[in-house]
Amino acid sequence: MTDTDLGAFRTETRAWLEANCPTEMRDGIRDEETICWGGRNWQFTSDAQKTWLEVMAAKGWTVPTWPVEYGGAGLDRAHDKVLQEELDAIGARWPLQSFGIWMLGPALLAFGSHEQKLQYLPPIARGEVRWCQGYSEPGAGSDLASVQTKAASDGDHYVVNGQKVWTSYADKADCIFALVRTDPDAKKHLGISFLLIDMDTAGVSTKPIRLISGSSPFCETFFDDVRVPKSNVVGTEHRGWDVAKHLLTHEREMISGGGAGLLGTRSLGAVLAEHDGGMDAITRAEALQCEVDQLAIGLTLERYKDQAETGGGVGDASAMLKYEGTELNKRRHELLMSAGGADALEWEGTHAGLAADWLRTKANSIEGGTSEVMLSIISRRILGLPG
Amino acid sequence: MTTLMMSEDETMLQDAARGFLDGAAPVSHLRGLRDAGETHDANLWGEMAAMGWTGVLVPEDAGGSDMGHAAAGILAQEMGKTLVTSPFLSTAVIAATALRQVATDRSKAALGQIAEGKVIYALAIDEGHKHDPDATALQAVADGNGFKLTGSKGFVVDGANADRVLVLARAEAGLTLFDLPADRDGITRTANAMIDARDAAAVDFADVEATGDDVVGTVGDAMTVLQPALNAGQAALAAEMAGLAAGAFGMTVGYLKERKQFGIEIGRFQALQHRAAHLWCETEVTASAVRNAGRVLDEDIDNATMAVSLAKARATDTAKLAVIEGVQMHGGIGMTDAFDMGFYMKRARVAAEWLGDYGYHAERVAAARGF
Repeated sequence: MTDTDLGAFRTETRAWLEANCPTEMRDGIRDEETICWGGRNWQFTSDAQKTWLEVMAAKGWTVPTWPVEYGGAGLDRAHDKVLQEELDAIGARWPLQSFGIWMLGPALLAFGSHEQKLQYLPPIARGEVRWCQGYSEPGAGSDLASVQTKAASDGDHYVVNGQKVWTSYADKADCIFALVRTDPDAKKHLGISFLLIDMDTAGVSTKPIRLISGSSPFCETFFDDVRVPKSNVVGTEHRGWDVAKHLLTHEREMISGGGAGLLGTRSLGAVLAEHDGGMDAITRAEALQCEVDQLAIGLTLERYKDQAETGGGVGDASAMLKYEGTELNKRRHELLMSAGGADALEWEGTHAGLAADWLRTKANSIEGGTSEVMLSIISRRILGLPG
Repeated sequence: MTTLMMSEDETMLQDAARGFLDGAAPVSHLRGLRDAGETHDANLWGEMAAMGWTGVLVPEDAGGSDMGHAAAGILAQEMGKTLVTSPFLSTAVIAATALRQVATDRSKAALGQIAEGKVIYALAIDEGHKHDPDATALQAVADGNGFKLTGSKGFVVDGANADRVLVLARAEAGLTLFDLPADRDGITRTANAMIDARDAAAVDFADVEATGDDVVGTVGDAMTVLQPALNAGQAALAAEMAGLAAGAFGMTVGYLKERKQFGIEIGRFQALQHRAAHLWCETEVTASAVRNAGRVLDEDIDNATMAVSLAKARATDTAKLAVIEGVQMHGGIGMTDAFDMGFYMKRARVAAEWLGDYGYHAERVAAARGF
């Protein structure tokens, strides 16, 4: 690939986006409200949102780096970066976001059979099926491998019984990818399978969870004699932990990006300056340190993305990205609350949202593996300290 | 696409540097110099020149290897790992970068001398106890066709060993940079014993004569020449500190694996594991900022201030953490002079101050980021 190729790609991309991105989709807003999650029951918020998804999906640009046969555009990182830059340049909203794109897709690409990839990936790319993740259980948090949800063998089916918790958007998703125990006699990491379950199957039910930050996408998900075809196992039966670990790597990278990306590329200084009255010396000093760390962590994410692109993968270092990114995000929101003063305390009204965001960041260093679990992973797998 | 990963050439340079320095300049080399009351090893400097290191930023037509700032950073980082003592930063990075900003026969000849390892330069810039070029008070008073320089500089790194001094002075037209032989009449140098056992001198100027030819660049416009040089020096110093942090960290993790208390390796204690893991994360984040500074300097040295200050701020912070944790996790032995960790702690403190501390560089980042 040469710079000329990239230059030509940029020119074509810019022209195509200019011709195809609806004006309403160029307001630069990329928040929870404007996300298109897709799925069987998705209600488009506007015709423009529908059109934007359709044209981007047809181009393979909802999942630009996936292979063309599975609904992507087969772009390498350099071309993908150009595409993202051009989307940013016109303030384009995301055409589609989903756990299918972020998590299940990468896991299927690595572990799925060709048939599974053909069956599941294109509908994810087109936004037709919405997935959720069934990992944690009431008794399996940081110790995730102790999952108890049982999948008992019954001919060419499993019968699933148990409960998942912290299932984001389980009440809105069409399907769930879940860790279930298929061999109760094996050692805990070896008896788990990675199973795909349709949420419409008889015996699946969900219940939303309210958090300190208010209503949340999290749910409890219950399985009561749910029958699932055995062909829905991804990877090898009983070896679902390998898939889960791979997928957690993607999840950690995604969450770590929040630290550098939550407020876009804007500086904390610029954001804080919007709150009148200025900053006292201590808040300013903390904000400055936070800014320095944010920039350096952003560069580190870039460096590891480049490394992943060369085939080296990020591997256990994702624990570092997750730890640094989420701890930073918590610091940022403490500062934003401090700068907002009494205004930021409003639960409803003009400034509502600031406090909810602040509270929500407290989960960043818990979900996807706590900071402490991240440090233990680094300690054992990277530093080689004795377990 | 510019990448923050290391290229194959860079990895080779790093391996070669590490191989050489492990033999020629482990930490015991610095200890030996200190115990002998010396701050410079001419043989080591000569070998660095022979390998092209002193010419790393000298243009090829002046006899250098011109490998660039990212490469200079790799060399500085490897030197930092074992606290290698040499005038590399003062001469090969700062002076070379300043001199190559001007296209005169004299600067070209000086650059050639740097590449050959035949001259040691020192930058005489600060006068107070903190880095602050704008506060320069040393006077350059017009005198005939030249100037007379009067005033005092402190914390002149490599000032006692230097053959030549780049001195920042205030002329009527503004800040002006002079390139003078260190033994010119009226210059008095006093070596100061510093905590890191390296060369830093007080340099006094009393009616020192300087000609127009001694001016580097333009009278009243020192910063056009000096700013790139300072950026280059600050980035290389950040790289040295990143290396220093990695060196201290490596010793500490090694100790956690072998030291036993209560019948087990202390590295089995989660309290220490998590602190070591946190420190490793910090070294990784800092490594990105340091690599980025080298890349930006190579691409656009006139617009590198934010990238450079980000690297120096992060490296200062991380090196501090690495040596504090290094001493603490080693326990009592970490406090003894017979053990090397103290050398790391002392160098980290000196490097933190040189060319601007954390606050100085964080403020420059802040200015660039709309604070």
